[in-house]
Amino acid sequence: MILKKKELHNELKNFTINFGPQHPAAHGVLRLILELDGEIVKKADPHIGLLHRGTEKLIEHKTYLQALPYFDRLDYVSMMAQEHTYSMAVEKLANIKIPRRAQIIRVLFAEITRILNHLLAVGCHALDVGAMTPFMWGFEEREKLMEFYERVSGARMHAAYIRPGGVSIDIPLGFLDDLYQFISQFSLRLDEIEEMLTNNRIWKERLVDIGIVSGKKAIDWGFSGVMLRGSGLPWDLRKTQPYEIYSELNFSIPVGNNGDCFDRYLIRIEEMRQSLKIINQCLNKICSGPVKIANNKVTAPSRLEMKNSMEAVIHHFKFYTEGVVVPFGETYTSTEAPKGEFGVFLISNNTEKPFRCKIKAPGFGHLQSLNEMSKGHMIADVVTIIGTQDIVFGEVDR
Amino acid sequence: MNFQFKNFESIKTIMPVLSFYNLKKENTLVVLNSNLLFCLTFLKNHIGYQYKLLSCISGVDFLFKKYRFAVIYDLLSLTYNSRLRLKIFVNEITLVPSSVSVFINANWWEREIWDLFGIYFDKHPDLRRILTDYGFEGYPLRKDFPLSGYIEVKYDENKKRIVTESIELSQEFRTFNFKTPW
Repeated sequence: MILKKKELHNELKNFTINFGPQHPAAHGVLRLILELDGEIVKKADPHIGLLHRGTEKLIEHKTYLQALPYFDRLDYVSMMAQEHTYSMAVEKLANIKIPRRAQIIRVLFAEITRILNHLLAVGCHALDVGAMTPFMWGFEEREKLMEFYERVSGARMHAAYIRPGGVSIDIPLGFLDDLYQFISQFSLRLDEIEEMLTNNRIWKERLVDIGIVSGKKAIDWGFSGVMLRGSGLPWDLRKTQPYEIYSELNFSIPVGNNGDCFDRYLIRIEEMRQSLKIINQCLNKICSGPVKIANNKVTAPSRLEMKNSMEAVIHHFKFYTEGVVVPFGETYTSTEAPKGEFGVFLISNNTEKPFRCKIKAPGFGHLQSLNEMSKGHMIADVVTIIGTQDIVFGEVDR
Repeated sequence: MNFQFKNFESIKTIMPVLSFYNLKKENTLVVLNSNLLFCLTFLKNHIGYQYKLLSCISGVDFLFKKYRFAVIYDLLSLTYNSRLRLKIFVNEITLVPSSVSVFINANWWEREIWDLFGIYFDKHPDLRRILTDYGFEGYPLRKDFPLSGYIEVKYDENKKRIVTESIELSQEFRTFNFKTPW
């Protein structure tokens, strides 16, 4: 066979591979279609939705209280932060002001949750990049923190503790002492993790100058949280639009210079230290008092009341069967969840069920920039970038 | 120079706004579908507003209304630390102009609305389904879509593969929607 010259195709085609959905570095069920030129990523097309459970649809069919546990299951490493946002949204629509003790307990747990999340984020990021040890150390500390969850709610992860109108029950005796013990040793644990990573040559080679996002790009992509602060924008909802008692607390927000993965790692470590500071202040500020509002149309009466008052029994029955009736209104409430701005857009229509509950998950916004962030990097750096974005599929897919 | 909607009449003179309301200290503007892109660009680039960050786009289905859907843009201005909500009302056959040319991160939010509500975004660069399964039919967040859906996916032992069948529940999902008896 003689080949004619014009039939000889002399063009190179990029190589397309499928990354995931079952891949230990994909943080769950991310399916990436990567277009490669050698080892250089030309295009990354994330396919999400493999963990889609229709949370928003389910919430429309549940009462306000029944909808709450779905929020634990969105981002399943920062559970209470999301309950908190949802509770705040319901409270805003129902015009509820919660007692001070409840506010402080909420802040305590929001910061415990932040540490929980960042330990996993840094640990898993290190694991993806090749360091096994910080992951193990992080999980040991996470275990202790999840015990705090367990002591207030009975569940290690899906707590359903922060509820509209306050928190479900008061913290147990001796809880604050143990929390103090934890925070007094935890900064040493952080030092250990930092000793392993911060000046580690391999860790730096893998992270420095990878996935650089400029400040302008970060705004264009609608980033929030660590991703925004990593690019040098001092924006933290706890400071700029304070909720609960954050305006009284003294803490600083770390900001990055270069906007690369290494900056974001340093910010996460520093945020954990700031969280310790916040917890410490909360331990000093905590006061006695009720942990939920007394209005039994919105919160359940206590067991003791129910033993003594018929009225309380009726309220208890109505609360758990019919639910809370929230007047007409709509709100977009957002808080600084560990991953970024977690928002709940809630529309109520004067019934006991939400008319619409849109969940603005920070991970969803971050993941869509993966294509641009990983363009021109090696395929191994894609793993670093997924790690630095701190993607959890529970919230991305909803 | 922060206008912050202290004077609604002044926005009305420079921007085509249908109505403006402040609910729970949150500002909302209702605009016409045809003016959407202009308003977004204006609010993004005007020195006195600078809503440079698009937080999210949400869809809402008000069944049986003349304009069935609302598409809601949540904007955030880092400079002035303020939020603004922009609303448009559309029906099933309206083409909503895609705002990807103004905010690049509108891409996935619009894909999500297309996927879950079936609102078509005109001139969107890549309008594919995003959250539902490959080959899914229907728009699940519409109010007339049943909660249990129409199909179920399971493994067929005889065919040795995953099959999709129309859903068969031993007990229907029950919504107790009657007026409360007490």
